[in-house]
Amino acid sequence: MTVRVQKAAFDIGAELASFGQGAGVGGIATFSGIVRDLPGGGLKAMEIEHYPGMTERAIAQIVAKATARWELLDCLVIHRFGRLAPGAPIMMVATAAAHRAEAFAAAEFLMDYLKSRAPFWKKEITEAGTEWVAAKDEDEAALDRW
Amino acid sequence: MIEVLYFAWLRERIGLPKEQVETGAATVRELVAELCAREPRYAAAFENPAAIRVALDQELADFDAPLMGVREVAFFPPMTGG
Repeated sequence: MTVRVQKAAFDIGAELASFGQGAGVGGIATFSGIVRDLPGGGLKAMEIEHYPGMTERAIAQIVAKATARWELLDCLVIHRFGRLAPGAPIMMVATAAAHRAEAFAAAEFLMDYLKSRAPFWKKEITEAGTEWVAAKDEDEAALDRW
Repeated sequence: MIEVLYFAWLRERIGLPKEQVETGAATVRELVAELCAREPRYAAAFENPAAIRVALDQELADFDAPLMGVREVAFFPPMTGG
């Protein structure tokens, strides 16, 4: 189980090359989040702020919940902070399990919780100025299904 | 003495990322009331408490939570990770 909170870019291919190598792994699910440009373009950058200390702690708790619920043989969470350009990878999760159902479910669970329970805040930077991204009600509601 | 941290638009509206606060507040709600009484920028930042989350010693809490023994209080908008 690996959690990394970092400013630096990461290489999804390189991360996956060494992921889920243990005995018994039958499926690996991955998700990566990318900085999305605004409809019609115009996003200069996305600034991601976080709460050093609590971020690592909150993600570790989320991963612990996932591993208590599904039999995961490996789990990786990487989340970046700082100023990111459109198209840049923001974060990724990977889960390895004996079967795909556990791998998919755990990855979705991790994503739902990272979205609204890990202390990150996004700010969009455009020519017109800057704007904090508001949390969506449906992201909070997504936690109810777990 | 409690360390109070602010993130995202709260940090911008209040104008600082953290500060040491001498307080006798028993709960988060009382601490917010004390801060708001200080200066208009605090009152403006905390205008809509429903839009603000709080963490006590890096664990999410609510505004009725007691501050007894707490060293670090953080205020921030709903999180937007992922």
